[in-house]
Amino acid sequence: MAGDVEIREVAMTLHAQLPALQIVVPFMTAPLIVFFGKRETAWWLAFLSCSVSLVISYLLLMQVIGGGFISYQMGGWAPPLGIEYRIDAANGLILFLISLVATITMPFAYRSIQAEITRSHTLFYACLMLCFTGLMGMVITGDAFNVFVFLEVSSLSTYVLVAMGAERDKRALTAAFDYLILGTIGATFFVIGIGFLYMATGTLNMADLADRIQGQESSRTVRAGFAFIVVGLGLKAAMVPLHLWLPRAYTYAPSAVTVFLAATATKASIYVMLRFMFSVYQPEFVFHTNVLQILFIPLALLAMFGGSFVAVFQTDMKRMLAYSSIGQIGYMLLGIAMLNQSGVSATMVHMFNHGITKAVLFMGVGAFVLRAGSSFYDNIGGLGRKMPVTGAVIVIGGLSLIGIPGTAGFVSKWLLVQAAFENDMWPIALLIVLSSLLAVIYVWRVFEVIYLQAPNEWSEASDPPMTMLVPMIILAVACVYFGIFTDLSLGAAGTAAEALLNGSFGMAEPSLDTSALPLDVPHGAGDAGADATGGDH
Amino acid sequence: MIDVLPPFTLYLLGALLLPFLPKGHVRGLLTIVVPVVGAWWIWSAPEGLHGQMTWMGLEMVWMRVDKLAVVFGLVFSLAAFLAALYAWHLRDTVQQVATLLYAGSAIGAVFAGDLVTLFLFWEGTAIASVFLIWARRTEGAYATGMRYLVIQISSGVILLGGLVLQYHDTGSIAFEAMTLGSLGTWAIFLSFGIKCAFPLLHDWLQDAYPAATVTGTVVLSAFTTKLAVYALARGFPGTEILIYIGAVMALFPFVYALIENDLRRVMVYSLNIQLGYMVVGVGIGTELALNGAAAHAFTGILYKALLFMGLGAVLFRTGTAKASELGGLYKTMPVTMVLCVIGAASISAFPLFSGFISKSLILSAAAHEHHNIVWAMLLAASAGALIHTGIKIPYFAFFGADSGKRPKEAPAHMLLAMGLTAALCIGLGVFPSVLYDMLPYEVDYDVYTTTHVITQLQLLLFSALGFALLMKAGIFPMPQRSVTLSSDWTYRKAGPAVVWYVGLAVRASWRGTSGLIAKLYADFIKAMHASAGPDGARAANWPTGAMVMNIAILLGIVLVVIFVS
Repeated sequence: MAGDVEIREVAMTLHAQLPALQIVVPFMTAPLIVFFGKRETAWWLAFLSCSVSLVISYLLLMQVIGGGFISYQMGGWAPPLGIEYRIDAANGLILFLISLVATITMPFAYRSIQAEITRSHTLFYACLMLCFTGLMGMVITGDAFNVFVFLEVSSLSTYVLVAMGAERDKRALTAAFDYLILGTIGATFFVIGIGFLYMATGTLNMADLADRIQGQESSRTVRAGFAFIVVGLGLKAAMVPLHLWLPRAYTYAPSAVTVFLAATATKASIYVMLRFMFSVYQPEFVFHTNVLQILFIPLALLAMFGGSFVAVFQTDMKRMLAYSSIGQIGYMLLGIAMLNQSGVSATMVHMFNHGITKAVLFMGVGAFVLRAGSSFYDNIGGLGRKMPVTGAVIVIGGLSLIGIPGTAGFVSKWLLVQAAFENDMWPIALLIVLSSLLAVIYVWRVFEVIYLQAPNEWSEASDPPMTMLVPMIILAVACVYFGIFTDLSLGAAGTAAEALLNGSFGMAEPSLDTSALPLDVPHGAGDAGADATGGDH
Repeated sequence: MIDVLPPFTLYLLGALLLPFLPKGHVRGLLTIVVPVVGAWWIWSAPEGLHGQMTWMGLEMVWMRVDKLAVVFGLVFSLAAFLAALYAWHLRDTVQQVATLLYAGSAIGAVFAGDLVTLFLFWEGTAIASVFLIWARRTEGAYATGMRYLVIQISSGVILLGGLVLQYHDTGSIAFEAMTLGSLGTWAIFLSFGIKCAFPLLHDWLQDAYPAATVTGTVVLSAFTTKLAVYALARGFPGTEILIYIGAVMALFPFVYALIENDLRRVMVYSLNIQLGYMVVGVGIGTELALNGAAAHAFTGILYKALLFMGLGAVLFRTGTAKASELGGLYKTMPVTMVLCVIGAASISAFPLFSGFISKSLILSAAAHEHHNIVWAMLLAASAGALIHTGIKIPYFAFFGADSGKRPKEAPAHMLLAMGLTAALCIGLGVFPSVLYDMLPYEVDYDVYTTTHVITQLQLLLFSALGFALLMKAGIFPMPQRSVTLSSDWTYRKAGPAVVWYVGLAVRASWRGTSGLIAKLYADFIKAMHASAGPDGARAANWPTGAMVMNIAILLGIVLVVIFVS
């Protein structure tokens, strides 16, 4: 009998500790990888830890998909003093996306990295795990300063990962350097913004911040903080005109890194931006300060058209996709700027759908790079015929990027158009459709290159090995699946949008009380978080 | 839930299965069996709405079964079956798969109960069909296919735009009769019009269809345009503007058909004319007229297919379908010749042939509603059809000046397909009630009255006389003079000439305008390339300092905006 009870307790404990494990597992994997120092082991550890994260994030998402949130107190210290992890549908969905992409990228990375990097594979996987942890941490945490810490964790490792592309092309180094400068400025702006908030409220817990900002909306400090936070995160999210680091970073990074970053990094930043706008500051505040209406809409449109136009004329598929990402980020910002339920849902769901779509496409490019050694149109001509599965996967991804009905891309654009209609912004709805036509052009160009051009005669390319093929196929199927069965993505996005637009993140009762069980884990994320924030408290 | 599977799933399954079957007869058999099972499926489906599901809050209906849909569904199945039989010799996987998907999409669209489903299949027909053009695998066919695809996809995009607006206006995506008025309905109308080859929107038809493969043209002629007629009949019955559009459609390609040398292209012009009849029928919108439109689509698909098959057989054996290079083929291809003549008689609406029983419905409907001018125009077009198709095609291909070509008779499976189609053409002409019973509305119409038959025979015989005289004088293919003469005989002297000159003027102004647009477009692309191309400022690698400057500027702007508001 006693045994039974104990087992249940263990089960409960584990279940209750999921939010912490979500971060601790990948975070601890990084030093473990370095400790073992073997390529094979490194890969297995990374893959295993990503898979565990995926399961955890799925379990978490299922708990909050209907509404409510989980509040987890790191180390048993109650917020606002301690660090709080807080999961609701919004970050649940993003956590799921990040861990999904990471898990699927791992098998792909195995061969792709072998082909593109000769040395330091273990360190590469360690960096990738740190980057992954950083992104997950940014999204899961409910503490403003903790966001900064994780943002830096992910950024620093990203710079290294991008620079690792130097073996194929030395320009990766300048790309990484530029990104380092700009990313640091962005992160600094963000932390300055948080400084302003701390000055005004004396707290760093987001929920507490939300409560204490009430009534100080007209304070210069609070407003300046908003400006710094938006610009800082806008840079990390590659919002036009702060996007200039992105094309180079994505182009010259190793293919697997590009897959992972393109699908997740900007999304995490956009999520944090959403969180700060709507949960820390309130929707009314955002509405009254006019930033969205005056700035975001034009900038988003500029991104949609500018990014797409540049993509149309590119001669390198990888770079083309990078510019297309800038355009797609425009859609996400536009959704936020619509400030209504459909718009924010569109942003949430577009983050998810675009994440998997871009991952598929960059994987396809990665396969071309593996076989043809380059991603320039001149070198990949006719490869679709020689590599039928890769070609088919790129076609599906391309259709989803355009937003053809029946693919994931359509769902989010449809919502976005609806959002514009709801605000009676007809011209904007029209512009959304028009800019999609540009996507038709640049995607069509790829189809034309890979199918209709004559392949190089000496080329004996064939589909990449199974470890790369299977992830691509899984994601391609996901592109179609999430275009037809929208329960998970739209459901979570809808719940998230509702919660975000309702504003107050306040110190309300959590839906699942897990605070009773203090954390008992090895030194790791908990300590890192506590150390980082401890000094400021 | 999906209680009755839409027939499209069957075609999709067939298309997926086909590449895994051994090449040869097994694949051919599959392409034949699928339409047969599909037809049975359609025949036995109970009336009503099936396959309803909610997708993103939209009420989708995958299968709406009523009489209008069934009659189109059946004739599409029939056409798919005949085309597959005709293409028995084909060993081209791409064409076989494309044909199945194309027919399946067209049938899927016919049963679509909502605009979103319609849109999906609408684009499906566009994408599947272009492979029939590309299957010729020549540079020219590729370019033609691209033009065709652009127009077809545009039609779909306009439909999508229209349906979004319509949804916003009415809150429903149901595909029901609409009235023109809002922007949304006009967009939907325009998208249907492009597919239906309305005047000035028709160019893709003559451009693309003759460029397809021997078997591809047979398939193409059946589906896309008739699908558009169906969509109009469903969405815009009784819309008056359609009467006039249809009347113009029925007349103006006449001249082109007369002077065109490529016989398959002649057929396409004449296809355009036949579409005009159907559009008039839809525009009149009475029960009789809608029945007429449906019936004419039914018979039209059959005799068009028959003629395209006959010309295809000629092309298959001789390698050309140009009037100037053919002639005297009756000596070695007698069966093909007889079957072609049956098709020609049908399209010319000789009594006892299928064209007669359907055309009469539309003509009677026009007369009944006192659209006298339109009625006269249709009658003129009817006389024209005899000259430029009914006589011209068999004459130049099988009789006329002997070209010296002595090809073999068409292959057996082609003859079988043509024979079956010809039998249907005659059968429907002799027993019209078979078709009339299938039509959407109750038919209380006797086609074989003395008046009908006499009028029609008079018209046809005088037209034939005209043709004979023209040939005698040796001036038939010369455009201007033949037009003048033929108008003498058809007592509308000026009509075709005016159409000819209007056509010239329209063409000149169209070329001017499109040239201007093309230039503006080219300039625009150049400008965009200068700015956004790989060497442009948009895409260049900016120095780090400039990027940092951007951050500072944006921060400044954000701060100003926040502090001011």
